[in-house]
Amino acid sequence: MHEDGAVRPAYAGIAAWLQAHGLEALAAKRAEAEALFRRVGITFAVYGEGGDPERLIPFDVIPRILARSEWNRLSLGLTQRVKALNMFMADVYGKQEILAAGLVPRALVLQNEAYCPQMQGFRPPGGIYSHISGIDLVRTGADDFYVLEDNCRTPSGVSYMLENREAMLRLFPALCSNHRLAPVSHYPEDLLETLKDAAPPNCQGEPRVAILTPGHFNSAYYEHCFLADEMGVEVVEGADLFVQDDIVFMRTTAGPKRVDVLYRRVDDDYLDPKVFRPDSMLGVPGIFAAYRAGNVTLANAPGAGIADDKAIYPFVPEMIRFYLGETPLLQNVPTFLCEREEDRAYVLANIAELVVKLARGSGGYGMLIGPHSTAEQRAEFTRRILERPADYIAQPTLALSTVPCLAGEEIAPRHVDLRPYVLTGKEVRIVPGGLTRVALREGSLVVNSSQGGGTKDTWVVEDAPRRSQSQSQSQSGGGRQSQSQSQSQNGGQG
Amino acid sequence: MLSRTAESLYWMGRYTERAGNLARGMQVALRMAGLGESLGVLEESTGDSADEWTSLLVATGAEPGFRAEHAEVTPEAVITWLAVAPKNPSSIANCLEAARSNGRAVRTALTVDMWEALNDTWREMRLLAPTATDADRLPAFLDWVRARTLLFNGAAADTMLRDDGWRFVHLGVMLERADNTARLLDAKHAALDGPESEGAVAYAQWQALLRSVSALRSYQWVYHTRLQPKLVADLLILRPELPRSLLACHRRVDQVLDRIAESSGGRRGECHRLANDAYVRLRDGRIEDILAGGLHDFLTQMINRNLDLGREIADFYLHT
Repeated sequence: MHEDGAVRPAYAGIAAWLQAHGLEALAAKRAEAEALFRRVGITFAVYGEGGDPERLIPFDVIPRILARSEWNRLSLGLTQRVKALNMFMADVYGKQEILAAGLVPRALVLQNEAYCPQMQGFRPPGGIYSHISGIDLVRTGADDFYVLEDNCRTPSGVSYMLENREAMLRLFPALCSNHRLAPVSHYPEDLLETLKDAAPPNCQGEPRVAILTPGHFNSAYYEHCFLADEMGVEVVEGADLFVQDDIVFMRTTAGPKRVDVLYRRVDDDYLDPKVFRPDSMLGVPGIFAAYRAGNVTLANAPGAGIADDKAIYPFVPEMIRFYLGETPLLQNVPTFLCEREEDRAYVLANIAELVVKLARGSGGYGMLIGPHSTAEQRAEFTRRILERPADYIAQPTLALSTVPCLAGEEIAPRHVDLRPYVLTGKEVRIVPGGLTRVALREGSLVVNSSQGGGTKDTWVVEDAPRRSQSQSQSQSGGGRQSQSQSQSQNGGQG
Repeated sequence: MLSRTAESLYWMGRYTERAGNLARGMQVALRMAGLGESLGVLEESTGDSADEWTSLLVATGAEPGFRAEHAEVTPEAVITWLAVAPKNPSSIANCLEAARSNGRAVRTALTVDMWEALNDTWREMRLLAPTATDADRLPAFLDWVRARTLLFNGAAADTMLRDDGWRFVHLGVMLERADNTARLLDAKHAALDGPESEGAVAYAQWQALLRSVSALRSYQWVYHTRLQPKLVADLLILRPELPRSLLACHRRVDQVLDRIAESSGGRRGECHRLANDAYVRLRDGRIEDILAGGLHDFLTQMINRNLDLGREIADFYLHT
């Protein structure tokens, strides 16, 4: 929404629908959507929260709309960024040229918890580390998108992107067909293609792909199953796999079957008790050796977290210049590393204006939003920063744009972000749009589903539908009722 | 198919079937308990309506757990125990919960219709009022459980691809059903071949037994005669056309295991031998011989063989 509360032209179609059907119809659609999701069983478990163990992520029925031209620009920027991130990983686990050039501090990489020394000197198939990347973006103005963070390990949420669209097609068939939406439903096919592209050197014939899940207690379990089902591959747990002679097999009723590519949704630490955490029950002993032997591909690669570490984030524009010789198309939010003395001094002096985050936190936990904080909270974070400066980063609060949402009984502006999913195989594939997360609490800036955030469908539209466009013109000119009526009488203009 | 997936499908089938069978058993006990007083006037020995509930506890294998928690058998306590008690791992509520969590663990192996049948059952079960198993509301509750089981079986039969996924669900259902019929029969064996196999009480027992497997009318269609203990046993053990007879269930178990072996390159093990042995024994069996050898002994053997078969299936396919 614009600052004056007016709605962007792209939303004219929605405005027209509302005008025709009213808020109550919209609220009814919301109830219908909830019943739909509940029935299909799309739920999200939140750690450490009492109550419903399988609650729904709130779904906002008003879609978030991006014009095709906006999306095309974003898409170029995303491709560029993810390419550079993959080249960065190939570099820091290989020749370390960017460190030698002094563009990224050596210690920041090599002593980083997310850096995986076991990956040194090993080049995964195609030199790809992050096959599936989720880049979180926020908008601050008409043409200003900032990257909030990169997710190169196991970004989740893509099932919501797909299910949200299915729900919208079912709830608002006419509105959808009126809008020339870029489709998203081919994502699972793109994903499968990307995973097959990553087949290891010793793979014989058609690669057998499987999804490795921590199990049904994991909050994203629904998504693991959903994607496996859509791709027609098995979803396996650690105990379903075993390694013999550096080859990974799954246990089946017809005996052992070889696995070539694992889309693993298990964290690095738990992947292989022989290499990482020895107490892991979720992993597969020996799988890392099989990976290094070229008998299986792990996607994303272990150690990919080095590229999305919040302390590494400020250097991504530099990576783009260094590896690609290009100007970064997406902007970075200015970031202060509390580890650095001068940054820290600035952060402590201006803490009330800044967002302070854990450098390695996720899910919106352990975060301070300066302008919304109490003196007590600020004192607490000041203490924590002084105690463990390397754990914290800070960023200015952005003037995030808002989009219309159905909040309670009325339509109100809410903050959103956008997570497009970037697939990297032999080529880069991005389905238009992504997951829009919305901070449903009034004034809240936190969109994480674990913090009361919701989602909405993201529409990339070719251009605004003609009928709605003229309606929105008539709105600004007054007398909307009679004009839109006369238009429909003229007919054929829609 | 992943062994873990096969295991979950198999247990999902077993637990759903078990919940339905419990409901069937309880419906019959409820009916018998209702008749109990009037029958008690006729015959001194079975005047106590708690007898029916004890017999159901024994038949369903729930007696030891129940005794550990309760000093005496009262209808209310047994009903709660079998229907909803959290401490009874085989209560209807826990069976439905287990079926659903097995289904959830292999969500992708189910069709949407199956999942919805499971998930809706579980959701409704969770919303159940504590009074749902009160005396006057119990029949409706038991009808609901039966209907949900039928819906699930129908969804599976009508929508599942006929691959190993279907076969393991079906295997679980059929093995559980065979086990249930054997146990129900065994709980009433005294009314079929013992000294009590005459009179109004025995007659009511035969009726109840047939009702619990939806076979009272089937009996008439097959034999066209008054209920006789020998024929009741014949129907439930040896008639191929009754879907819940031991023969019908074991024939399916044998066939399904055979098809699974074919689809996985002909691998066979002890479970195939045991299943075929049970089937052949029933196919070639005669009711006179079974009764002559003692119904209780025969049924005890069948129940023990089911246990062995279940163990062998697990060893060969589910815990590889």
